[in-house]
Amino acid sequence: MEENLLKEMDLLRFTTAGSVDDGKSTLIGRLLYDSKTIFEDQLEAIKKSSKKHGDDYINLALLTDGLRAEREQGITIDVAYRYFATPRRKFIIADTPGHIQYTRNMVTGASTANLAVILIDARNGVVEQTCRHAFIASLLRIKHLVICINKMDLVDYRESVFHEIMNDFGDFASRMDVSDMTFIPISALNGDNIVDKSEQMPWYNGSTFLYHLENVYIGPDANQVDPRFPVQGVIRPHSKKYHDFRGYSGRVAGGVFKPGDEIIVMPSGFSSRIKGIHSMDGELKEAFYPMSISFTLESELDVGRGDVISKPNNKPNIGQDIDLMLCWFSANTKLQVKGKYILRHTTKEVKALVKEISYKININTLHKIENDHDIGLNDIGRVILRTSRPLLYDSYRRNRIMGSVVLIDEFTNETVAAGMIR
Amino acid sequence: MSYSYTVNHIKHLESEAIYILREIAAQFQNPVILFSGGKDSIVVTYLAQKAFWPAKLPFPLLHIDTGHNFSETIDFRDQMVERLGAQLIVGSVQNSIENGRVLEEKGSNASRNVLQTVTLLDTIEEHKFDAAIGGARRDEEKARAKERIFSHRDEFGQWDPKNQRPELWNIFNGLKKVGEHFRVFPLSNWTEMDIWQYIEKEKLSLPSIYFSHEREVVRRNGVLLAVTKYISLKNKEKTERKRIRFRTVGDATCTGAIESEAKDVYAIIREIAAARITERGTRADDKRSDTAMEDRKREGYF
Repeated sequence: MEENLLKEMDLLRFTTAGSVDDGKSTLIGRLLYDSKTIFEDQLEAIKKSSKKHGDDYINLALLTDGLRAEREQGITIDVAYRYFATPRRKFIIADTPGHIQYTRNMVTGASTANLAVILIDARNGVVEQTCRHAFIASLLRIKHLVICINKMDLVDYRESVFHEIMNDFGDFASRMDVSDMTFIPISALNGDNIVDKSEQMPWYNGSTFLYHLENVYIGPDANQVDPRFPVQGVIRPHSKKYHDFRGYSGRVAGGVFKPGDEIIVMPSGFSSRIKGIHSMDGELKEAFYPMSISFTLESELDVGRGDVISKPNNKPNIGQDIDLMLCWFSANTKLQVKGKYILRHTTKEVKALVKEISYKININTLHKIENDHDIGLNDIGRVILRTSRPLLYDSYRRNRIMGSVVLIDEFTNETVAAGMIR
Repeated sequence: MSYSYTVNHIKHLESEAIYILREIAAQFQNPVILFSGGKDSIVVTYLAQKAFWPAKLPFPLLHIDTGHNFSETIDFRDQMVERLGAQLIVGSVQNSIENGRVLEEKGSNASRNVLQTVTLLDTIEEHKFDAAIGGARRDEEKARAKERIFSHRDEFGQWDPKNQRPELWNIFNGLKKVGEHFRVFPLSNWTEMDIWQYIEKEKLSLPSIYFSHEREVVRRNGVLLAVTKYISLKNKEKTERKRIRFRTVGDATCTGAIESEAKDVYAIIREIAAARITERGTRADDKRSDTAMEDRKREGYF
């Protein structure tokens, strides 16, 4: 234990989704409880609350459902972020509600995750919501799916139930782009196969849920091939010591940069070389995702926020006609053809006009509905936008940072949609 | 960690926070760092220094002063401000009371914790700050677990937890109307342990009350409170002399101490690894109800 306290760990971000009563909050509560992340005062507090609610067991869901309305209605309303660590890894959970009206939260939670946990109630098998969750995970390019078949205690821990659900889900998933799927039979309420192997299911030879989370190989999760550096700002100290310092600050979005590298600044197209990579800790020999650093360049160029630094032989796309998959978030308005929005992409802000709604997707069947252009809350559709100035982008599939946008309502400033560039 | 182009979790959190701080500078006209002298606000300030290095810290510091301070914190604050060459603005709860903006609580559990909200909002309005940068973390409390990194406040300074803007990827929407402002939390994804590991790694200095020392304390509702001129003892309450330290630094009337022998950061890390009670478990202000934090936050609290 002692020498582990300052040990370097890696970070796994995952998102959880399930239908209303799939036991998602219970699963997370169980994970925190069994990994000894829940503290005595928290446990005392939920014991008291459980009693007040009339539960005769400790309702672990109360740990994650923090808002007043959630506790009153016994539902999860918003994305909640949870944190726990084991000696191997630090975890960030984006815990998202499963009700239909809150799909936007699931997209939000999935946008920063490396892995998605999908819960299926063993008694109900694969239902519409399961498909929707899986589809959103694949749409948001989450590479790893863990399908927890929960409430195995209520189907007498039968192996046949597990296999049936696994086959059903596999059929559906074959239509999507998912590279890694793992199925685990569990009972969140009783703790079967969460941290410790279940004695009730000797037929299951795979890993427990926590073991899988700790050991799944996530590797470097960013694009390391295409050098991309969206400029956030310019650092000019105007001090005696750093009189001529002109640093371009930002977070590397892809690839590797080294001093001496030939670079090109887009959209201007000017080229130069990297003079130095700077941080308060000293100059660096290289920079890659997710490092926040600043570059100085060999020559004086006009570079500002929203520009992208890349390399002459590997540049992002540049264009004003953007083809994307859009998920609509606003309950008050619908996506308008010819509608104008504020578009945010990396560090750039432009205006965008909706040129065309190509089709809507039935997210339960994955069918394209060509003649349905009615995109409202929680709908997903393919859309063509025209931007007021060129975007410097890659496809979302290739680079999440360079391929993601949000749309903002000009009048209310609300974030109304999220888009993935094709 | 054998593969090359990856960073460890602390480095990941650091670069995320720096990215957020640079977004604040780019998206707002007049941001300010909420500086309590506690470890989280010290870390935020340090990260802001890193984000704009070698330029000077581009944000002033704002301390909401309840008047019930540990003197060690105030000394530390003043030294840090001088070292950074930063601008310090103090919003005084005492002034708010004297000007009749708020009414002081009465009784032995009286605290100025809630009153801070009015002083904070008044100061934000007076200086026309459009973003107040805080050190709050999502692991601290269940209402904070649901808050956005860029968290919108309406013209009354209120938070609407059921109507928050979706926040995706690393795209932050800081657009607002006149009179509205944002609270921004660059440490959202850090845990208490991450903070301490970072303090150890970066060798940051902290106010001495974080470390084990001997002090006169009184046990009230299960919380060890420092005996200061700001709290009045009830009948039958006995003071004791104990070796203690504070896990959080707030108003002296509601910040509980723990018994501890931890004299340095590493010893604290060891203590936290073995701890069975949360950091805010020592805060009397959170114990007022199940949703005490949400209720205060809605009104504009930190």
